[in-house]
Amino acid sequence: MLSRTADHLFWMSRYTERAENTARMLDVAVQASMLPQSPADTERSWRALLGISELEPAYCAKYPAVTARDVIDFMVRDPSNPSSIAACVREARENARAVRGALTTEVWEIQNQTWLDLQKHLGNGLLEQDPGKFFDWVKYRAHLARGVTLGTMLNDETVNFIRLGAALERADNTARILDVKFLGMRDGANGERDFYYWAALLRSVSGFEIYRKVYRDVITPGRVAELLILRADMPRSLLACMAEVVDNLRAVRNDMSADTERFAGRLHAELQFARIEDIMQRGLHDMLTGFLAQVYELGNRVSRVFLVPLAA
Amino acid sequence: MPSFFNEMTDAGSTREHYREFCRWLEQQPADSVARKRAEADLSFRRVGITFAVYGDDAGTERLIPFDIIPRIIPAHEWSMLERGLAQRVKALNMFLHDIYHGQDIIRAGIIPAEQIFRNAQYRPEMQGIDVAAGIYAHIAGVDIVRAGQGEFYVLEDNLRVPSGVSYMLEDRKMMMRLFPDLFARNRVAPVDHYPDLLLDNLRSVAPQGVDDPTVVVMTPGMYNSAYFEHAFLAQQMGVELVEGKDLFVNDNAVYMRTTHGPRRVDVIYRRLDDDFLDPLAFRADSSLGVPGLLSVYRAGRVTLANAIGTGVADDKSIYPFVPDMIRFYLSEEPVLHNVPTWQCRKPADLDYVLAHLPELVVKEVHGAGGYGMLVGPASTREQVAAFRERLVARPDGYIAQPTLALSNCPTFVESGIAPRHIDLRPFVLSGKTISMVPGGLTRVALQEGSLVVNSSQGGGTKDTWVLEA
Repeated sequence: MLSRTADHLFWMSRYTERAENTARMLDVAVQASMLPQSPADTERSWRALLGISELEPAYCAKYPAVTARDVIDFMVRDPSNPSSIAACVREARENARAVRGALTTEVWEIQNQTWLDLQKHLGNGLLEQDPGKFFDWVKYRAHLARGVTLGTMLNDETVNFIRLGAALERADNTARILDVKFLGMRDGANGERDFYYWAALLRSVSGFEIYRKVYRDVITPGRVAELLILRADMPRSLLACMAEVVDNLRAVRNDMSADTERFAGRLHAELQFARIEDIMQRGLHDMLTGFLAQVYELGNRVSRVFLVPLAA
Repeated sequence: MPSFFNEMTDAGSTREHYREFCRWLEQQPADSVARKRAEADLSFRRVGITFAVYGDDAGTERLIPFDIIPRIIPAHEWSMLERGLAQRVKALNMFLHDIYHGQDIIRAGIIPAEQIFRNAQYRPEMQGIDVAAGIYAHIAGVDIVRAGQGEFYVLEDNLRVPSGVSYMLEDRKMMMRLFPDLFARNRVAPVDHYPDLLLDNLRSVAPQGVDDPTVVVMTPGMYNSAYFEHAFLAQQMGVELVEGKDLFVNDNAVYMRTTHGPRRVDVIYRRLDDDFLDPLAFRADSSLGVPGLLSVYRAGRVTLANAIGTGVADDKSIYPFVPDMIRFYLSEEPVLHNVPTWQCRKPADLDYVLAHLPELVVKEVHGAGGYGMLVGPASTREQVAAFRERLVARPDGYIAQPTLALSNCPTFVESGIAPRHIDLRPFVLSGKTISMVPGGLTRVALQEGSLVVNSSQGGGTKDTWVLEA
């Protein structure tokens, strides 16, 4: 496959994944803001949301204060914010358009229709009237894109690069959500409010029901971390994402990719054999920061080896 | 008020080949047709069958309006057109081979030498170069109009990067989806195998010694107005769609960058102009091409379709000579006629044109896409006067033709069904043999009275049916 084609496929699915994760975070934040809390707490939770994507400086350059309305606007509509839903949907569609010949008609039509409908939704006030419905729609379109990809595409490199992009993006996003939420805890939610705090985090990764099923017990931070980091069967956990990365890297192996595979394999193995007690003891924040740096480096390596190779 | 040939009716009665369609149309409930039209629009938008309009920020991606009344051609008319097209394109390829080799046609005094060598589209780099199978214009889009009592005329030969074939295919697909019963009632010759013919044709002109050639489609990129078509053809043929930056030259061969390292490329169906192909040979400021491509091409180690330098044969200044080419190379009389043309470079012709400007169509010799032309009868006095100045200043840059009474075809417009002017662009493939699918792309000028069918000027398209006998 053309390297450029692989590059567009990889980024198409990264942006689709990112749009979905942004919608998930916003959805939970909107729901959480309906709970009774002080104005300072409200502001802190919106600020934390900006912090997840390292967007606080960009936001503050545009808006005088951190308010729900402005943060939502920034994270949904702002075309200059690379994590905004509008920017992600546009980029996913532009990347798909660049390689529409490599996609099935169905996959392309989903991307194109999502982009067309998004503009309709942003124009007709759906976001303001019913943000939950809007975020559900974004999630639903991402589910659809994923399902149509698996249901209609030939299982070759095309699908491997699509899955590789989605898995790397998801690993990054899950790690960020966890990190911010655990940092937020330090400032002191406590008591019964804890339940809502962790429940919101779990819901943002579709993990609430899974948690109940797996642990059949009260929600504790350690288990939440375990679920989202170390559970191989939790589809948004770091371990599950890395397993997906390793599988797909193996499938596209070329003469130059041995080091990249080794790098990914080590990252995977570290998670596979880790214990949550050790991670919590050594410091979750340090672990996640380290993981994010390595995922970033892995993305660069994939680029160099497959997507944007230097001239032969 | 001139009278126009109507494709559907003759003195009030429906022509034979439209009867079945008209019977069907009468049976349709009034609102069902309107609903189907809306459905077609929605579907084209979702599929993203759009084109980009240059210099238009607001609507950067537009639909080409699609009309659901087909243009129908009876079998005997098509068989005449097919013969004429094959003859014409064959002669044009022989002409291109000749002027880049022995130049017999110049020595025979049929075309003046300066018409070739002073033409900006003549490429000295191609002189003496042998191309695969001697074919230059592998894909030709010949524009045909009907005028007067229904005579066919060739309006121009597009031998560089003719576009529109994807609309021909998508229009058919759409018609079959919207009105399957219509196809059960009419024997419409299929066109869907065009990509197969194209791939076959491209493979047949691979460099010598290549058994299993790798074919690619080369596009200037996704912001090109015809990008949809480039992607569409690559997908339909099952070949890679490449941009210049995906290719590189090494050791006198062209390679593409893939996820498994470099891979040799043998045939490039390129959809960008000569000027942008190779910054080392042509426009140095272009980043769309591949440095060194020309030298590999000249060595015969990669095929470009179409060849470099075909523009010298479809230029409007060469057009008047095509019937003579057919006689010269094939010793045959042309099946298809040219539109009578005044060459403004000739003083006598210029005098005539200047005296009759308000009734003529004047075109730039190197123009395309309906830009830079004067349609005398449709222009104001001021426009004619302004054009006259440009013409007098540079007469050899223009040709003139009578304003043809282009044929009409009934078309859905806001006020109902009304006649609109149409043309026809069949696509002729040349390789080891000449092939084409029946019909082509019918373009329709949607504005009342307009003769300009170009999509960049608000034209639409129709499905084109050749009825099997």
